[in-house]
Amino acid sequence: MSRPSDHYDSPAPAPASDDVTQPRLGLIGWLRWFWRQLTNMRTALFLLLLLAIAAVPGSLVPQRSSDPNGVTQYFADNPDLAPVLDKIQAFDVYSSAWFSAIYLLLFISLIGCVIPRTKHHFQALRAQPPRTPARLVRLAGFTERTAPAGTDAAAAVDSARSLLKKSGYRVALFDSAPRGGSREFSASAERGYLRETGNLVFHFALVGILITVGFGSGFGFSGQRVLVEGQTFVNTLLAYDSFSPGRFFTDSSLEPYKLTLDDFSVTYETQNLKAYGQAIDYSAAVSVTRRGEALQTGVVKVNAPMRTGGTDVYLLGNGYAPSITVKDPNGVVVFTDAVPFLPQDANLTSLGVIKVPDGLSEQLGMIGFFYPTQAASSTGAFYSSYPDLEYPMLTLNIYSGDLGLNAGVPTSVYSLNTDKMTRLTGGKTGVKSLELKPGETQQLPNGLGSVTFNDAHPGAAANDFSGSVLRFASFDIHHDPTQVWVLSFAVLALLGLLTSLFVPRRRVWVKAIEHDDGTLTLEYAGLARGEDPALEAAVTDIADRHGRLLVSSTSAVPATEQN
Amino acid sequence: MNLNELSILSLYSAMAVYALAFISFAFDLAKRSAAVKTADEAAGLAALSAVPVGVGAVNGMQTAGSTGNLDSGKPAGTIVNRISARIANDAATPYGRSKSLRIGVSLTVLAWAIHLMADVLRGFAAGRVPWANMYEFAMTGTLLIVTVFLIVLTRADLRFLGTFVTGMVLVLLGIAALRFYVEVAPLPPALQSAWLVIHVFVASLGTGFFALGFALSVVQLLQFRREALVATAGRVRLRFLATLPSAATLENLAYRVHIIGFILWTFTLMAGSIWAEKAWGRYWGWDTKEVWTFIIWTIYAGYIHARATRGWRGSRSAWLAIVGFSAVMFNFGVVNVFFKGLHAYSGL
Ligand code: HEM
Repeated sequence: MSRPSDHYDSPAPAPASDDVTQPRLGLIGWLRWFWRQLTNMRTALFLLLLLAIAAVPGSLVPQRSSDPNGVTQYFADNPDLAPVLDKIQAFDVYSSAWFSAIYLLLFISLIGCVIPRTKHHFQALRAQPPRTPARLVRLAGFTERTAPAGTDAAAAVDSARSLLKKSGYRVALFDSAPRGGSREFSASAERGYLRETGNLVFHFALVGILITVGFGSGFGFSGQRVLVEGQTFVNTLLAYDSFSPGRFFTDSSLEPYKLTLDDFSVTYETQNLKAYGQAIDYSAAVSVTRRGEALQTGVVKVNAPMRTGGTDVYLLGNGYAPSITVKDPNGVVVFTDAVPFLPQDANLTSLGVIKVPDGLSEQLGMIGFFYPTQAASSTGAFYSSYPDLEYPMLTLNIYSGDLGLNAGVPTSVYSLNTDKMTRLTGGKTGVKSLELKPGETQQLPNGLGSVTFNDAHPGAAANDFSGSVLRFASFDIHHDPTQVWVLSFAVLALLGLLTSLFVPRRRVWVKAIEHDDGTLTLEYAGLARGEDPALEAAVTDIADRHGRLLVSSTSAVPATEQN
Repeated sequence: MNLNELSILSLYSAMAVYALAFISFAFDLAKRSAAVKTADEAAGLAALSAVPVGVGAVNGMQTAGSTGNLDSGKPAGTIVNRISARIANDAATPYGRSKSLRIGVSLTVLAWAIHLMADVLRGFAAGRVPWANMYEFAMTGTLLIVTVFLIVLTRADLRFLGTFVTGMVLVLLGIAALRFYVEVAPLPPALQSAWLVIHVFVASLGTGFFALGFALSVVQLLQFRREALVATAGRVRLRFLATLPSAATLENLAYRVHIIGFILWTFTLMAGSIWAEKAWGRYWGWDTKEVWTFIIWTIYAGYIHARATRGWRGSRSAWLAIVGFSAVMFNFGVVNVFFKGLHAYSGL
């Protein structure tokens, strides 16, 4: 039998007297025993269910792969539990030793199960349908008919053969020795080999997916880069804000194309008052120059990445990047840049950090809040009431002291460590935080110098702020050479699944029994191989069609007898 | 009254009609129980022990199908070869279609039409497909459950599941209307994709088949217990079960409904990956929603294997189907609302 021994369709197991239970088995014996255990249906089922259960914790606990900030937060919230969970790889469930062990065992079992079946299936494809059973009565859809008078047994079976062949059956004819005075001719037919083929294709395709995902993805990479409108990025390792290469990645595989964010525009809902201000479109207009080629323009949108230079460019996030200039007391510029601020809510209240390490008497840090449309609550706190630039306002809290940039510890551009700094404005200092509208300049406390919130569109009308602050877009840039393969295997799996679940595999027999009195009995029966709900209907249908065929062929010959 | 208000009105009307359909179906079950009781009393104890013949022992397609066919003298065409015929024929106590059953089905069709109207109006009100947040998922998903049920009815007589289907749809719609309701809003950029139409629709359709499969598996388990009780002359509480198909027939039906659901779910998984690649730049990232879609797929793959594993056919595989559907409901009701992840589209 091709199927695992505990497939319901396999012969019943032999009584447990085989060598498995004998004490001295030897290494080979044990290995064989283990292999047989691993490749039976029950093990496959057990491992499948185990895999389902093992996947659950990864949805309950944040994962480093998909939610690194969540993991940091979890450690902060559960300082006692988190390290214990970390020990059992609960934050990396899907790459953990135990999860991998389960799916690797499952796939070894799968391969061990599918290879012998494939071998057997190839043999079956070449083999003849088996001999017709002696008795058809107990089989599915058993139908008995009396042939029209004058029908020849051999001819009847022969016409059954062509009928079955036309319906896609493989047919073998048998002619059994006379039994108790009657002679039997029969056709044994089988169809639906595609069912098993589909099943094998499905299981092999799963192996294909696992292998391409496992090994192939090592050749790719993914990186992130934030670009403010007008900025250009060159596709080289150093230009990325963060970069994660696959195991086999070499940076020579990066094509150094140039990508400029020309414009980032957002469309807001203004018709539907219930969803007023909801973003309905983000468009990043970019231009790309590949080596030796002319400049090309394109648009990157959410759900519509741009494929260029062997990479896929995705639009992930966006926000405002207020442009800020800091001057020393003599009016010398010590800092000027557009600083991306991270959005904090749906109306884009945004938080950003400005670090001025050099040029002033002390290092300077600023924590800024940007409100595209500033409003004040009854307590006086500012918030943003609309995500577009209607009434932009920047507030800055100033800190002086040690920025901690020289400690050798990498620091995030989005956070300010104020441990070694003195707060100069806001909070308990009694000094008001700086508030700036685009184009305005204010003096820094303690005569440190001045800070300017640059207007990106200085020529605009007095109360038109729409172009006053630049936007930024964050791009994910990926290269994954396996995608096509994974997709092909997935499609193959789906096709295999469809064939294996819907193509019926069945055997059908037609038997013609000649009786002493010259009459001819026709018997029809079928046998399902796997699920086959339509088997009986199919047998009846064959009997009916065969009957009509015989009637038409005998009525062509002048009838000798009437009944 | 604008389109959305009209949609809400239709939805509440549909719920009212579903409630009436539920009552009719429940009446039918009560009548079935009464009929079984009368039949039992009339036949006396002797009949009781004769009932399981040809029902309890059957397991597997060939035998289940051929029991009725040994009489070879039957003219062609009357042979019991259609599953619908088998459903009617292998009940322990034969039972026709009561008036309340027919009323229940008619009311379900009516409720379905109003429900469809509510869904379509919501779509027009929003100017897009009506499945972009929890309220709309629930509305369209339940519509598809009823659609699948009604379509299957034309091919196999599963009217006895009416109580379950209308009851479940009623509960889900009630939760959706009271807890998940959100105003019409345009699609955020992340959802503006043809894959929203395909992926979510196929997932909901798959859920419709899983729901029906779940119901069949539950009835299969109850029927199995009844058959065991009858075999040992125990007392059966849910009498109406005697008018339903045998556990073996129910199992075969459940399996067929489940494999359609499984194929749709496989497609959902693939379409979701393609969409994820377009939207987030990776086709698979073990996001919570992806994890649960995978878990559900694996459980149903387990169910299909169980059906092919000796010792696991019958009740054990039915339990797997029940676990699978619980995971589907958990994915919809709990993961969407309470779990954190990229799929933050519940709209709540
Ligand atoms: C990654 C793990 C596996 C998955 C996801 C899986 C999934 C499936 C699915 C969906 C089917 C039904 C569709 C079809 O017939 O093609 C199936 C059938 C089958 N699988 Fe697997 N399988 C896995 C591993 C295995 C292993 C390890 C074995 C061997 C022990 C196995 C043996 C079979 C057999 C014999 C069938 C035919 C069942 C029947 O006759 O109805 N599978 N599998």
